[in-house]
Amino acid sequence: MRTGSQHIKEIRSQVKGIDPSAVHDLLSRNGASGDDFVIVDVRELGEWEQGHLPGALHVPRSYLESRIEGNIPERDKRLILYCATDNRSSLAANTLEKDLGYENVEVMTGGFTLWKDRGYPFESPTALTPEQKERYSRHLLIPEVGSVGQQKLLDSKVLLIGAGGLGSPSALYLAAAGVGTLGIVDDDEVDLTNLQRQVIHDTRRIGQPKVESAKETIAALNPDVEVVPYKTRLDADNVMELIADYDVIVDGADNFPTRYLLNDAAVRQRKPVVHASILGFDGQLTVFKPYDGPCYRCLYPSPPPADLAPSCGANGVLGVLPGIMGLLQANETIKLVIEQGEPLVGRLLLFEALSTQFTELRVRRDPDCPVCGDGVDLENTEFEDYEALCAAAG
Amino acid sequence: MAKVKIPPVLRPSVSGMSEVEVEGSSVGDVLHALAEQHPETKEQLFSAEGDLNKYVNVYVNDEDVRVQDGLETGVAAGDTVVILPAMAGGSSSPA
Repeated sequence: MRTGSQHIKEIRSQVKGIDPSAVHDLLSRNGASGDDFVIVDVRELGEWEQGHLPGALHVPRSYLESRIEGNIPERDKRLILYCATDNRSSLAANTLEKDLGYENVEVMTGGFTLWKDRGYPFESPTALTPEQKERYSRHLLIPEVGSVGQQKLLDSKVLLIGAGGLGSPSALYLAAAGVGTLGIVDDDEVDLTNLQRQVIHDTRRIGQPKVESAKETIAALNPDVEVVPYKTRLDADNVMELIADYDVIVDGADNFPTRYLLNDAAVRQRKPVVHASILGFDGQLTVFKPYDGPCYRCLYPSPPPADLAPSCGANGVLGVLPGIMGLLQANETIKLVIEQGEPLVGRLLLFEALSTQFTELRVRRDPDCPVCGDGVDLENTEFEDYEALCAAAG
Repeated sequence: MAKVKIPPVLRPSVSGMSEVEVEGSSVGDVLHALAEQHPETKEQLFSAEGDLNKYVNVYVNDEDVRVQDGLETGVAAGDTVVILPAMAGGSSSPA
């Protein structure tokens, strides 16, 4: 009968080793693992949180078989595995090669211990508190979020324009997800007619400023979130300052002047805007990421005349519709923050609640766009008079 | 026959329908046929000079006709033409 250490020794002799200095060279040349190779840390979460190689992917050996494919489907990808020494990584490499068909697997000899001894750089993620680990445990179980993504959420700052139909569900779920700072811009008070859809408010709060009501609800939901209330209208005098501190802006405004103003300011500061609009049973959703994709004006160069632009106040809206669209906004926001998936950039999603149909349209950057078009100098341009622009439409 | 998807703001002009089938081999043909069947849509789609209004986006299948051949863009049988004006709705009050 062989002993465990004999077994490990035999496996180690069979896998291909790579010295930490060669891994360090690779990282120095390429910045981080990427298209050419992926560095995989197979240690347990507690060890990973103490520090890990820059840009490494964390797949604990205990989850190797169930998680590696989701992260690295390509069997010919160059994989460099490491653990604390090189025992667990050798066993993991053996599994990847023999059982799962990965063709290009190496093990960093001496592991993270030797890496640190050599004085090479490593990253230490800010560790979550025990309570945060429990609160966000369902996020931590998804590799696309994990502790790295959760930390990004906690460090992120998201500004919501409007705490109404769209803003209510997105604020609730962004807060629950642990977005660290939520700014909310709204100058309105809670009204009984709001409560059919604006689920962040409640009957006792009628008459209270919406930003205060939202803040109270969020404080009770998740103490990790700092809510910054702005009881004001977004206008040309405050927009640049309001958005400056935030990473992502969620646009749930209800009128064209605000949407054009926000767009023009966000392009100036290169801030992504997660846009949704609703009417009746119909919703539209897209992400405007300045210069990566089109902006609001590329999509809608001119506002429609008033008779073609009714408001929800005048025409009504199915209560769940802003719920659906607001949550799709929250989804896009989280993807932008954790840098995962395919954001809805250059794509306009239409949703029809009555038929339950989604339609996706392509939206392209307009080279002649007056805001983000080629050669437009925004530095020396004042904002337009958006009220007049929209009033003159048609 | 092409399928034309009608946005909420135009539905009152087409007896409340959200989809209309019309004949035509170009976007211009299709929209003019629509305007003929449902005269109230004409003013909303076309300017006095007969051009497509600037605030109305039109897509054939999933591509904007502005990056194709405008009203000349070809429409085949079974294609979907989407008419899409901007919508502003969001919260219940101006933010």
